[in-house]
Amino acid sequence: MIEGIFVEGLIFSIMVLGILISYRILDLADLTCDGSVATGAAVATMCIVGGMGIPASLILAFLSGVVCGIVTATIHNKLHIPGLLAGILTMTMLYSVNLRILGNKANVSLVRVDTLYRLFPEFFSFVPAAFASLIGSLIVVLIVKGLMDLFFRTDLGLALGALGGNEQVIISQGMNPATLKLIGLGLSNGLIALSGGLLAQYQGFADANLGQGMVVQGLAAIMIGEFLFSSNRITLITLRAVLGAIIYKGLMFLGRKYGYLIGITPNDFKLLTGILVIISLAVAQTRAMASAKGAKKKALERTKGFAEGNNA
Amino acid sequence: MLEISHVTKVFFPGTVNEKLALEDINLTVNDGDVICVIGSNGSGKSTLFNMIAGTFPVTSGTIKLQGKDITNSPEYKRAFMIGRIFQDPTKGTSANMSVQDNMNLASFKGMKGLKFGLTKERKAQFREMLKQIGLEDRMEDNVGLLSGGQRQALTLLMTTLSRPSLMLLDEHTAALDPRNAEIVMDLTKEYIERFNLTAMMVTHNMQFAIDYGNRLIMMDEGHIILDVSGEEKKSLTVQGLVDEFRKIRKKDFDSDEGLLTK
Repeated sequence: MIEGIFVEGLIFSIMVLGILISYRILDLADLTCDGSVATGAAVATMCIVGGMGIPASLILAFLSGVVCGIVTATIHNKLHIPGLLAGILTMTMLYSVNLRILGNKANVSLVRVDTLYRLFPEFFSFVPAAFASLIGSLIVVLIVKGLMDLFFRTDLGLALGALGGNEQVIISQGMNPATLKLIGLGLSNGLIALSGGLLAQYQGFADANLGQGMVVQGLAAIMIGEFLFSSNRITLITLRAVLGAIIYKGLMFLGRKYGYLIGITPNDFKLLTGILVIISLAVAQTRAMASAKGAKKKALERTKGFAEGNNA
Repeated sequence: MLEISHVTKVFFPGTVNEKLALEDINLTVNDGDVICVIGSNGSGKSTLFNMIAGTFPVTSGTIKLQGKDITNSPEYKRAFMIGRIFQDPTKGTSANMSVQDNMNLASFKGMKGLKFGLTKERKAQFREMLKQIGLEDRMEDNVGLLSGGQRQALTLLMTTLSRPSLMLLDEHTAALDPRNAEIVMDLTKEYIERFNLTAMMVTHNMQFAIDYGNRLIMMDEGHIILDVSGEEKKSLTVQGLVDEFRKIRKKDFDSDEGLLTK
């Protein structure tokens, strides 16, 4: 049971890494995610059903996500509308596209074909099947995280980071911010779609409604991660995003298992996730306020000390 | 090297807010010129800089840089040849990145590739350069932790790193305290001299404008009303400038404060 949470959390963490790129690194709230995660699931599923082989299917899922991100970035760049609106447009359009990919069916199952999560127990036959899935997922996540860490240490990766902080710097260095946004959102949605492709294989079907509310869940995971530790090193930023994703799935598991005791059903999860994000934001704010208050108190004590020193 | 001919800029054309910010500006900047630009707020200095840098398109006219027509090229392409420093110290650097990452970003212009640019040799080079501004021991600190003066000095270093053909300095010391302003200004002079840069500098300090550079331009209401250089510039005085301004504009000023509506 506990392995299940980790596997779910690890698959989810790849999506969270994607959201991390758009939301935290590029500082561009991108809602394409709700659509592109389902696109990735649909593409991977149809490829596997069509007998394409798992690696090729996952690569195509990733690329389909890249295309989704490029569409959003192009709408944002060319029409000069906010990224938020561009993302909503793409996400809405993708719902229809995803149904097309799935052959106008709301869901397609992967029951009678080989999937990654049927092959993992064969690869790692020395451990129980559930642990084999865990090991396999962990390897995939470590590869993705490792590549992402490397990428954000290259000159191009640094430029993406700088774009999120200050667009004028990018322009002053002779780079087109529109191109960088294209790359950033492409990469972000590529990872999100890859996560969707893995998720479809894990749960055994692709669903056109798979992506509903995924952005908010991803944000919740990022914020949980940020409570763990603070850092500006990319390896630690991605690490805490992965940990946040696993913790989020753990919380949801507890909600499913023990929620009935206080009358919570899975129907309430979206509400609870939203509240979790709001609480995270509120806590972050009170923290900042508390440290400001602490500083004020210290400053007052210092001045008081000076005054007493002068009187004496 | 820079030829501005018949440049006009109208903001919000066709609306009640229509504003003629620049009217038929003609200006030729020669190689090695160091030009101080003065004029009251709203006279068009910043608009002129924005037109040269390409932040906004011109309404009409052409701008040529080193013989190339750049009137319609986007800001990021012009940045290959033009280095610009803003009044706001936060604009030139990325706050959430370390000093060395910022330096690395500025080490060459144009789109970056998948290379790890921050090598040991580069770090050593950067350390050497940063010694001039006293930041050699803070290479791994985030730029957001630096003071305004330090950030502006770093911006200056980053901008000169790629040896721009033209430097646009838009009141780049105005947001700093007098001591830091002096430090940054001394550095500016040093770099301009050492790398033989061509520069245009907006300033509100008339005495400074008279003392520094080989050319002085005064702007008013979207026009260049005075353009002096060489010996003529050396003989200027603040009072002389004010008299000149009065003569041209036929306005009466009690003091030079009328020029400096700060």
